[in-house]
Amino acid sequence: MKPGYYFWSGDIAAAEGAIAAGCRFYAGYPITPSSEIAERMALRLPQEGGKFIEMEDEIGSIAAIIGASWTGEKVMTATAGPGISLMNENIGLAAMTEVPIVVVNAMRGAPSTGLPTLIGQGDLMQAKWGSHGSYEIISLYPDSVQETFDLMIDAFNYAEKYRVPVMFLIDAMLAHMYEKIYVPPEDEIVRIERKRPTTPPEETLIYKADDDLIPPMPRIGEGYKIHASGLTHNEKGYPELTPQAQEKLVRRLNDKIRKHAEEIWKVEEYKTEDADVIVVAMGSESRSVRLAVDLARREGIKAGMLRLITIWPFPYKFIEKYNVPYIVAEINYGQIYHKVREYTQDVELLPKMGGEIHKPDEVLRAIRRMVQ
Amino acid sequence: MNPMEEMRREEEKLLRTDRLPHVWCPGCGIGITLNAFLRAFIRSKMDPNKLVVVSGIGCTGRAAGYVNVDSFHTTHGRGIPFAVGIKFARPDLNVVVFSGDGDLFAIGGNHFVNAARRNHDLLIIAVNNFTYGMTGGQHGPTTPTGAYTTTTPYGNPDRPFNIPHLAISLGAPYVARWTTYHVNQLQNSIYHALHKKGFRVIEVISQCPTVYGRRNDMKTPLEMMHYFQKNSVRKDDASFEELELKYNGKIVVGVFRDIQGIPTYEERYEDIIRRARK
Ligand SMILES: Cc1ncc(C[n+]2csc(CCOP(=O)(O)OP(=O)(O)O)c2C)c(N)n1
Ligand code: SF4
Ligand SMILES: [Mg+2]
Repeated sequence: MKPGYYFWSGDIAAAEGAIAAGCRFYAGYPITPSSEIAERMALRLPQEGGKFIEMEDEIGSIAAIIGASWTGEKVMTATAGPGISLMNENIGLAAMTEVPIVVVNAMRGAPSTGLPTLIGQGDLMQAKWGSHGSYEIISLYPDSVQETFDLMIDAFNYAEKYRVPVMFLIDAMLAHMYEKIYVPPEDEIVRIERKRPTTPPEETLIYKADDDLIPPMPRIGEGYKIHASGLTHNEKGYPELTPQAQEKLVRRLNDKIRKHAEEIWKVEEYKTEDADVIVVAMGSESRSVRLAVDLARREGIKAGMLRLITIWPFPYKFIEKYNVPYIVAEINYGQIYHKVREYTQDVELLPKMGGEIHKPDEVLRAIRRMVQ
Repeated sequence: MNPMEEMRREEEKLLRTDRLPHVWCPGCGIGITLNAFLRAFIRSKMDPNKLVVVSGIGCTGRAAGYVNVDSFHTTHGRGIPFAVGIKFARPDLNVVVFSGDGDLFAIGGNHFVNAARRNHDLLIIAVNNFTYGMTGGQHGPTTPTGAYTTTTPYGNPDRPFNIPHLAISLGAPYVARWTTYHVNQLQNSIYHALHKKGFRVIEVISQCPTVYGRRNDMKTPLEMMHYFQKNSVRKDDASFEELELKYNGKIVVGVFRDIQGIPTYEERYEDIIRRARK
């Protein structure tokens, strides 16, 4: 897009952010509230020489983007709860075979079909634990249309850099909310490309990691004779079904993210410096919490907000940093609350089952209770 | 060097010989099918660096692990959509899906149906051994009615897919069926199909003596091959009924559809890009 100001929804910003990041392949299956991402991609990708395909379901969609990523393309799919549930097996495949993909999950009220058009934050744990096994992925969650665009570029950069699926969370409110947004000029957009092997095919072990624990990724069609399998594999990519191979591979898959966690963490610390109480919030919910913090301050209560932008790997050091009581305000019955509790005993959950965010008043009352 | 020896050497180049011995049982038909594919590919003189082999999960799914080209062992049933992603992103690649009957027609059936409908430019080699070999011989979507498997101990009440008919009904431009007894015909058919475009389906009736044959009066690979030999008839214009596979009955083989000129999805999308850029 030409640089300048636009009036976009979160969904449109997600699609345009992806295109700005270099995404040229999208496969998806429509579902509220993510469908406008597919529609925007169908319109825009061919204009950029990219490819859009509407698949028969979400399982096919994610399989297709994993395949396409091996050709060297930056790839994306977008869905919501029911679709994410279907995609999970292949999110594990992408994690195990280290394929950069970006998956947008526009969270709606759940479980099951739940509240298709209304907000939920019930997929925060699933984003990390959705597929079977111990693995790490990266998950990001913006709170405005502008941040959706900007953060999407980071999402692609992380996927490429760490060779990992990035679960890009938005919510039904953000997906459908229109805001003014600024698209920066081309030369201000930083794009990271995956590492490629620098050695010729005969000398390359395709799953041999560098010191940063990330193996360079060859492209299909260049003679590297790639073999990728979801089975536990060795540095050649060959199945090796032993505890030793499992230990080596799975440990590395986790460590390559854990060791780089601080580079991946993005947290907004809003009025936390002198805070006596901190509310942890994410996505659209944080818009209400921000107001509640301001209202509390007017009453003389030193409240603050930690807005988690990186959800996974969990930015625990920000929790450890403040020795104050915490409130976790989320649109579910306790998810990130449990993560926060791992790092502090002094924490209360402010839940909401879904359909709307907390009213600033509700958050304010919780803040008052906490400092009494 | 005699031609046989030369073919063997060429084949070895296309195999990950450092992975041998393979996991397949002695006498299994999957190796015969893979062999036919490799020979057809060698004869075609196509560029191995442009060949991509994608498999799902199963005994047949292990084929991707033995071919010395870009090869992907994906998840159960998802070989076709994974291959769709590769082919659509890079239409110059030669993408082959090599997988089993359960993988392609049960768990992956929806992908088969829709990829055929869209006419993606893919060659599908479907090894039909009438069962889920990998998991120990349960019945699947191609098990003949009446057959005995570990989950049909009183005989199969279920009705199998008529795969050639299914593929034809979806508009697939090339549809054939052979058995592992028909090695030359199979090889020729694959060779032929490699030169065609669109969603090409070759069903290969294959023996699984270990978990299927032994429960159905064919304990050895040889007995299964004899069954294929005695009961196969070639009939390219076979009817729907003739193409159905009955328990220990006749097997109609042949090339049932071979037409040209249906644009592939990848070709149609080139036109979309042109329109979008106007
Ligand atoms: C999602 C999922 N469900 C079940 C399985 C277990 N499973 C592995 S292979 C297989 C059947 C394979 O049958 P087929 O495709 O006919 O291949 P064959 O082994 O007969 O060659 C099953 C059910 C699995 N791997 N993944
Ligand atoms: S179980 Fe059957 S299909 Fe699997 S390798 Fe053995 S003979 Fe072949
Ligand atoms: Mg089978």
